[in-house]
Amino acid sequence: MAHRWKNDMTPADVTPKSLFLNRRQLIAGTAGLGAIAMAGGAQAQDAMTPNTLEEITTYNNFYEFGTGKSDPANNAEAMVIDPWTVTVDGLVDNPGDYSLADLTEGLTIEERIYRFRCVEAWSMVVPWQGFELADLLAKVGVQGDAKYVAFETVVQPENMPGVRSRVIDFPYVEGLRLDEAMHPLTMMATGLYGAPLPKQSGAPLRLVVPWKYGFKSIKSIVKISLVAEQPEATWNNINPREYGFYSNVNPGVDHPRWSQATERRIGGGLFASRQDTLMFNGYDEVASLYDGMDLSKEF
Amino acid sequence: MSAATTINGGLRRVPAWPLYILGAGYMVWEFWQALNGLGPYGVEPINVLEREYGEIALILLIAGLTVTPLRTWTGVNLIKFRRAIGLLAFFYVLAHFLVFTVLDVQTIGRVVTEVIKRPYVTVGFLGFLALIPLAVTSNNWSIRRIGPVRWRRLHKLTYPAALLGALHYIWLVKGWPLEPFLYMGAVIALLVLRLNWTKIRAILIPSRQQTNS
Repeated sequence: MAHRWKNDMTPADVTPKSLFLNRRQLIAGTAGLGAIAMAGGAQAQDAMTPNTLEEITTYNNFYEFGTGKSDPANNAEAMVIDPWTVTVDGLVDNPGDYSLADLTEGLTIEERIYRFRCVEAWSMVVPWQGFELADLLAKVGVQGDAKYVAFETVVQPENMPGVRSRVIDFPYVEGLRLDEAMHPLTMMATGLYGAPLPKQSGAPLRLVVPWKYGFKSIKSIVKISLVAEQPEATWNNINPREYGFYSNVNPGVDHPRWSQATERRIGGGLFASRQDTLMFNGYDEVASLYDGMDLSKEF
Repeated sequence: MSAATTINGGLRRVPAWPLYILGAGYMVWEFWQALNGLGPYGVEPINVLEREYGEIALILLIAGLTVTPLRTWTGVNLIKFRRAIGLLAFFYVLAHFLVFTVLDVQTIGRVVTEVIKRPYVTVGFLGFLALIPLAVTSNNWSIRRIGPVRWRRLHKLTYPAALLGALHYIWLVKGWPLEPFLYMGAVIALLVLRLNWTKIRAILIPSRQQTNS
């Protein structure tokens, strides 16, 4: 089942570590010449060039560690990720508490360079490593009456300042319809830029669903449940008017408080131009999953 | 000699003009950091700068609202600094608005749409509009021209402006972080302190006596 989806970017698109560390300095240098940055900033940035490791790992939403974008980078180190146990339950043939090694054993790790679009109208391009969720689901054996997959993030109050201040309800939960979960694009990431996932990026195991807003791609997963009814999803619970269960990237359906028609690529500096947001974040191959649905109502 | 008198005596020698330099300097310093991705600005400086200017504006509005209650309740008199505080608040709101329009939203069409369509932007924009006549009349000539009574009445627009600013902040965040509510709490507290408590007591207490008799 692995390799069902092919990158439109090649491994050559992944900036070597030495280069992506330097690129940042280069940008900082040119930014000093304001006018050049203004003229060239965003255009110079290739649409599919991955963001730097620094950009990807210092600008995060992971409310368990605080609501600030740099809070996860500053606070996530305290999270204990070894040992890591993932509970698989519900309508599966092989339920149980799996160690990370047991869970991922035999699954093919591949690289996927995906666009990542946050509901807050910013975006990145991220070189993930991981496996297809479909492969994992095949391994645990999905039963016939399962219709959805539910996920849950770890809660470690002693290591998570955001959990202690209860800024939202924890544990963070998310869910996918089974056909979305089985789609070749849907992956479970274990690595980033060829190294194990940094903690602020959702170590050691996270979901990546590139055609949906980033908050659907739940981090640091400790529980996967196959269920018959649509599961709860954290932001959908907090404000169903603003965050739908599907939350597919859709430039035509605004967030009630801001437009989703455009986005800003992270890393363009102070004068980065906005770019148009693409339907399904540019992953048109998922459109058939939603045939017959009114995506302005079921957003 | 009371503590307040001592403080007021000391403050008499402190001029207000350095506040303008501090305020302008800090604004430039923040911009320079954002330009170079330093400090808190990291990889996505636009939103951070927008938020930073907005938050400082709100803090300055609250500081301006503190001057009168502070004098009423403690005797400490900061009135000569209030114009600088108020004008700086306006210029930080203006900078916040410019970052929002020029750097963040980027086109006039989209700015108009945002102001009309997004209630939290509308609310913030109304607060900004309310501050414009105040900034324009924050000079001695205008006070003489308008007359102190009408001038003071006009400058009560800071009350709705501060309320709108705090509401704007609460409305734009995701989830329930504490800070926006602290700012709103401060604004409401400072406005409540301004109520005429003697009058309120006079209205409340006689009515209670009537029901007792």
